[in-house]
Amino acid sequence: MATRESRTLARIMMAPSVIVLLIWMIVPLVLTLWFSFQNYNLLNPITSFAGLLNYQFFVTDPAFLQSIGNTLLLVGGVLLITVVGGILLALLLDQPIFGQGIVRILVISPFFIMPPVAALIWKNMLMHPGYGIFARIAETFGFQPVDWFAQFPLFSIILIVAWQWLPFATLILLTALQSLSEEQKEAAEMDGANALRRFIYIVLPHLARAITVVILIQTIFLLGIFAEVLVTTNGGPGYNSTNLAFLVYRTALLSFDVGGASAGGVIAVILANIVAIFLMRAVGRNLDA
Amino acid sequence: MGSITLEHVHKSFGGHPVIPDASLQIEDGEFVVFVGPSGCGKSTLLRLIAGLEDTTSGIIRLDGEDVTDQGPASRGLAMVFQSYALYPHMTVRQNIGFPLKMANTDKATAERKVADAARVLNLTDYLDRKPRELSGGQRQRVAIGRAIVRQPKAFLFDEPLSNLDAALRVNMRIEITELHQQLKTTMVYVTHDQVEAMTMADKIVVLNAGRIEQVGSPMELYRNPANKFVAGFIGSPRMNFLEGPAADKYRAATIGVRPEHMRISRESGEWAGRVGVAEHLGSDTFFHIHVDGAGMQTVRTEGEKDFAPGDPVWLSPDPSHIYRFDQSGLALR
Repeated sequence: MATRESRTLARIMMAPSVIVLLIWMIVPLVLTLWFSFQNYNLLNPITSFAGLLNYQFFVTDPAFLQSIGNTLLLVGGVLLITVVGGILLALLLDQPIFGQGIVRILVISPFFIMPPVAALIWKNMLMHPGYGIFARIAETFGFQPVDWFAQFPLFSIILIVAWQWLPFATLILLTALQSLSEEQKEAAEMDGANALRRFIYIVLPHLARAITVVILIQTIFLLGIFAEVLVTTNGGPGYNSTNLAFLVYRTALLSFDVGGASAGGVIAVILANIVAIFLMRAVGRNLDA
Repeated sequence: MGSITLEHVHKSFGGHPVIPDASLQIEDGEFVVFVGPSGCGKSTLLRLIAGLEDTTSGIIRLDGEDVTDQGPASRGLAMVFQSYALYPHMTVRQNIGFPLKMANTDKATAERKVADAARVLNLTDYLDRKPRELSGGQRQRVAIGRAIVRQPKAFLFDEPLSNLDAALRVNMRIEITELHQQLKTTMVYVTHDQVEAMTMADKIVVLNAGRIEQVGSPMELYRNPANKFVAGFIGSPRMNFLEGPAADKYRAATIGVRPEHMRISRESGEWAGRVGVAEHLGSDTFFHIHVDGAGMQTVRTEGEKDFAPGDPVWLSPDPSHIYRFDQSGLALR
C-alpha cells in the first residue's frame, strides 16, 4: 500500500465485497426496525403503525427482565466454566503423554456435534431422571435422582453449552500455551519460581490474549443460544430458562406477533452492543500488540 | 563461593549419548568458557550444571555439595539465555526484580538491589519500559541484571552474544569481562566463537562431540594444543594442516602451521604454490595459497603486500612453530 495508485486500486477492488456486506447487514436490520414499529400480527392481515407500543409490550412482558438475567447468567456461567476448564485441560494436554494425538481429537470432538443433537443426548441419555446415567449413578449410591431440567433448568443448559464450548476454549488456549517459549519457563525456574508461581507470573499473562479471544468469540455466540433451550426445557419451567433469543422466538412464532418480536430483536441487538462495549473496555486492551 | 565439580557426568537423550563422560573442576571466581562447534554438547553441559537437564549418571557438586538431584531453583545459580528469555509482559524493573520477588525479599531491599543492578548496567533510564521497547544490547543487559540481583554462586551464560551485531558484541564482551572483574563471581560461558573464548576466559574448555578435548588457559591452548581438533579450533584464521611428504619430513602424520607462522616469498621456500584469494583487512592481509599437492593454505602477513591472484609464490614454515600430530591426531612433543 505504498503509492496513491495502489491505495485507490485497493479501495476499488474491495468495494464490491464491502457493499455486499453492507447490504447484507443493513437490509435485515432496517426491516427489523421497520417491523418493530408496526402492528404486525400473522393472524391479522391488517398492519398499521404502532409507535413504541411494541417496545412497551415487550419490555413489560413478565418474562422480559428474567430473560435478560438468564441470558447474562448463561453467557457468564458458560464463560466461567470454559475458560477455567479450558486452561486446566490445555495445561494437561500440553504434557507429553502416550497417544497425545488421539487424546486431543477426543477432547475436541464435542465441538463437532450439532447443538440440538448434543442437547438431546444430554437430555435423554445423561440427565433424564428415569433412565439417564446421572440418575443411575445417584441410585447406585442410594440418592434420590435429580430431575435436572425441572430443578435446575438454567444450570443444566449452562452445563450442556459449556460442554460444547469447552473444546473450543481448550484448543485456542492449548495453541497459545505451546507458543510460550521454553526458555522463558526455564528462566523463571532458574529465578526460583515454583510451578504455581510460574503459572501465575509467566503462563497466565502469556495466555491473556488467547483468553480475551475466547471470551469475545464465545460471548458473541452465547448471546444467541437457542437450540439447546428449545429441545430441552422449552424455556421452562415458567420462564426459568428463557433467554432473550427464546423470548423473541416465543413472541414471533408462538404468539405470531412479528412486531413485538422485532422489537425484542432490536433490544437484543442493543443488549449485545452493551455487552460488547463492556467487554472491550475490560479485556480489549489485551488485543493491542 | 562458587566452585563447580563434575565427576564422570554422562548424559544421553533416548539412548543417544550426548556427553559420554565429562569430568571437570571449576574454581571459585573463575571465568570458564565452554567452546566447540555446534552440536558438541556444550549447551547441554551448561544445562546439566544449571539443573535444567537431569544427568543420566555422574555427580555434580557445588562448593563440594552434591546437587545432582536438586532442581534449578535450589542450586542458587543464575543463567542468561541466548534469547534472553525476558518476560515480555513485565517492565525492566519487574524483570530484574523477579528473582527477588520469588525469593520473597522485602520490598525496600528488592527495590534497592534492582536500582543497584540498573546502575551497574546503565539501565536506570529504562526501568519502566517493556522489553519490546529496548534494543538488543539493552535486552541483553536486562537479562544480566536479572541474573546479578540475587547474588548467585555462579553465572551461567548460554551463547549470550550470538543475537547481537558485530560491534555490539565486542562491547558486550568487554562489559561482561569487566562485570566479572567487579563481582569476582564464578562465570561459566558457552560459545561457539573461539574469539570470545580467547578474549574472555581464564580457562577454556574445548568440547568436541560431547568429549572434553582440552582444558587450559587461552594461551596454553594456543601454544600447546593437545590434539589436531584443538589446534584447528583455537586461533584465527585456523591452523594450516599438511599431510604426506611435507609431514614425513618432520616425522609426523600431520603437521600444523598457523597462518601467522607461515612465510610467503616470491623467490624461494619449502612449498610452491599459487596465490588464490587475498583478504585485505588493512592492518593484516590473509592470502589463500593453492599449494601443489597440499591444497589450500592460509598465510597472514602484516600490512599490505602486492601479490596478485595467480602469482607463483613459495611458502615456508617458521621452524620453531611447527605442530606435529600422530596418526590419531594427538600432538607429538
